[in-house]
Amino acid sequence: MSTVIEKPKKEKVDRQLMPVQEPHERVKNFDEVAFGYTEELALLEASRCLQCKKPLCVDGCPVHIDIPGFIKLISEKDYQKAIDKIREKNDLPGICGRVCPQESKCEGNCLLGKKNEPVAIGRLQRFVADWEFQYGEYEVEDVTPSGKKVAVVGSGPSGLVVAADLARLGHKVSIMEGLHVPGGVMVYGIPEFRLPKAIVQHEIDNIQKLGVEIKCNTLIGKSNTVDDLLNSGYDSVFIGTGAGYPYFMDIPGEFLNGVYSANEFLMRANLMKAYLFPEHLTPIRIGKKVAVIGGGNVAMDSVRTAVRLGTEEAHIIYRRSEKEMPARLEEIEHAREEGVQFKLLTSPIEIIGDENGWVKSMICLQYELGEPDESGRRRPVPIKGSEFELEVDTVIMALGQGANPMVPQTTPDLEVDKDGNIIVDYETGQTSKPGVFAGGDIVTGADTVIEAMGAGKRAAQAIHEYLSSGNKRH
Amino acid sequence: MFKIVRKQVLSQTIKLIEVSAPEIAAKVQAGQFAILRISENGERIPLTIADFNREDGTITFIFQEVGHTTINLGKLESGDHILDLVGPLGMPSQISDFGTVVCVGGGIGVASIYPIARALANKGNRIISIIGARSKDDLILADEIEKVSDKLYITTEDGALGQKGLVTDVLKGIIDEAQIDLVVATGPVAMMKAVSEMTRPANIRTTVSINSTMVDGTGMCGACRVEVNKEAKFACVDGPEFDGHLVDWDIVEIRSRTFIDKEKMVMEGCTGGGCSCQR
Repeated sequence: MSTVIEKPKKEKVDRQLMPVQEPHERVKNFDEVAFGYTEELALLEASRCLQCKKPLCVDGCPVHIDIPGFIKLISEKDYQKAIDKIREKNDLPGICGRVCPQESKCEGNCLLGKKNEPVAIGRLQRFVADWEFQYGEYEVEDVTPSGKKVAVVGSGPSGLVVAADLARLGHKVSIMEGLHVPGGVMVYGIPEFRLPKAIVQHEIDNIQKLGVEIKCNTLIGKSNTVDDLLNSGYDSVFIGTGAGYPYFMDIPGEFLNGVYSANEFLMRANLMKAYLFPEHLTPIRIGKKVAVIGGGNVAMDSVRTAVRLGTEEAHIIYRRSEKEMPARLEEIEHAREEGVQFKLLTSPIEIIGDENGWVKSMICLQYELGEPDESGRRRPVPIKGSEFELEVDTVIMALGQGANPMVPQTTPDLEVDKDGNIIVDYETGQTSKPGVFAGGDIVTGADTVIEAMGAGKRAAQAIHEYLSSGNKRH
Repeated sequence: MFKIVRKQVLSQTIKLIEVSAPEIAAKVQAGQFAILRISENGERIPLTIADFNREDGTITFIFQEVGHTTINLGKLESGDHILDLVGPLGMPSQISDFGTVVCVGGGIGVASIYPIARALANKGNRIISIIGARSKDDLILADEIEKVSDKLYITTEDGALGQKGLVTDVLKGIIDEAQIDLVVATGPVAMMKAVSEMTRPANIRTTVSINSTMVDGTGMCGACRVEVNKEAKFACVDGPEFDGHLVDWDIVEIRSRTFIDKEKMVMEGCTGGGCSCQR
């Protein structure tokens, strides 16, 4: 453990660090990087909260957790009540405590952060969620059945939240999941070392205790369509199918062996547990030199997975500078600590193969930053004559993901935008099709778990109102 | 869990299983496939749905035992269960009244051509089928295919049954003699490529079924990508059927070899002794 527990001072307690696995240790395993607060650390950190009368942190939270409320309960050592307080608004506390970008949400608004460092809200949430996982009780209150049935398509964060909220309101909810396990991007995308699958499963188990049914191996758009669901007795359908469509660069050499989409690479590693090959039978090939193209969280997850699979050299190739990288700072720092090399202002223009069709190198071009583009970030401009060859065995494309097209393609009256994202009313998630709601990445494009959950909360409320108003679809 | 209701041993390495899967059976059309996983540590593998019975709610797979998963699938008996099964996946075959259609199936690909030939026959096409195998014992579904064909040719490489040689030897003669409106070919990559090269000069529309490596099979991993007419396509959601004249066969061949050595490792019983051979 690398953290020294800091002694409380009389007036001022510093933001408490979370103990983590040392980099040279953690690159050899897939165990979680951060251990979480001890009780002592949690109490110290909780003591920092100012208990603002008008807490700005709550405004920053897409699901509006009573943050000062649960922190106060931690200070009182009433951990059960603290987790209950969080659960009033958030059904995935152990997940959000780990993967939420708190720095731009709750903690970004924290008053302490104006002068010093903000309260570590995420770490405190994780502490009580983990406490619950070990010692806590999860009680389900009886509800009066409404007699209404809702189908939720996709078991990622938005779908799980919709299901939980609607189940508490007495509706019978069935989640349809195409893969063989529920959890969506939280199981196929985010690696074990950042989000243990046991934590995801624990939260899903709790949601099932509310009476939610999860049907895996059920791919809507193929097994059944949204219209089939509506015609077979479901009163409403929520679509939370996510952004799972992998982008490639459309450069020469992308079909060579050794080129993966980040989705394929992470699915093999996470969903299929290829890091345990051959006990788990799905193979993965890593090579001695790996290049990951992209600068987001998925790129960091991919490159850090490659490091743990034993590659000797791991590169992030990103065409802008570090400042423009969309990944969380913490992820970039962790990657760097684990020996990842950052080749910034660089982008490949061709992948070269050997005589057997395997990747052997990549031709890259260097860039400089020009004027800001429509995203507000400075546009990368190629430098003439800057081509160089980088020797690599494996190339992983982490360029972002697009909308999963399967449901829109098989639901003719569902309006989508030019990117294939479903068009909805922001407040309600209402789509162009009566009785059909949508939320999460299938609406916004690839975004965070917590934003998807926020959309799920809003949609659940709107679906409840829709079901209660006696509206008929036809 | 999905129950195996019937098992039939078709040859030493080719087995048939009929599986209870009412939701898939209700929807499946010719040309589609399913993905299955037989154990908690298992791979997801795609298999063509060779037949289906909507009334009984069953689908049929015919598979050759070529790797760890198919060998273990072959050990399951009637009454046993498959852990995970999802489908129907992929786009259905285009079934319309084309006229005269030559259906070419090679090896285990005969199982894939059968539902397509049947659907095309039901639509009123004249069906000429050519099915081939290494030897007599490996030839499957000859009776079934004969029933839906106006004419059936059989080839074996050892000449023990039908004509000695390859399916393309027969195809050559047919193309030279008759007016053909469509050729559909399913089988090994080399066979589909040879068929496509043969029909290209004659400008006969040719459909092939690409059986790539897949992980999810639902359009998310891109492992199955093929280049068709200079464009990236996913065999799982855009295919598995493509125009054989537009497929870049070199890419299909290269990508079919991605994990051959890993498969060998598993087959040879490697248990992961920390030798770093993952690299």
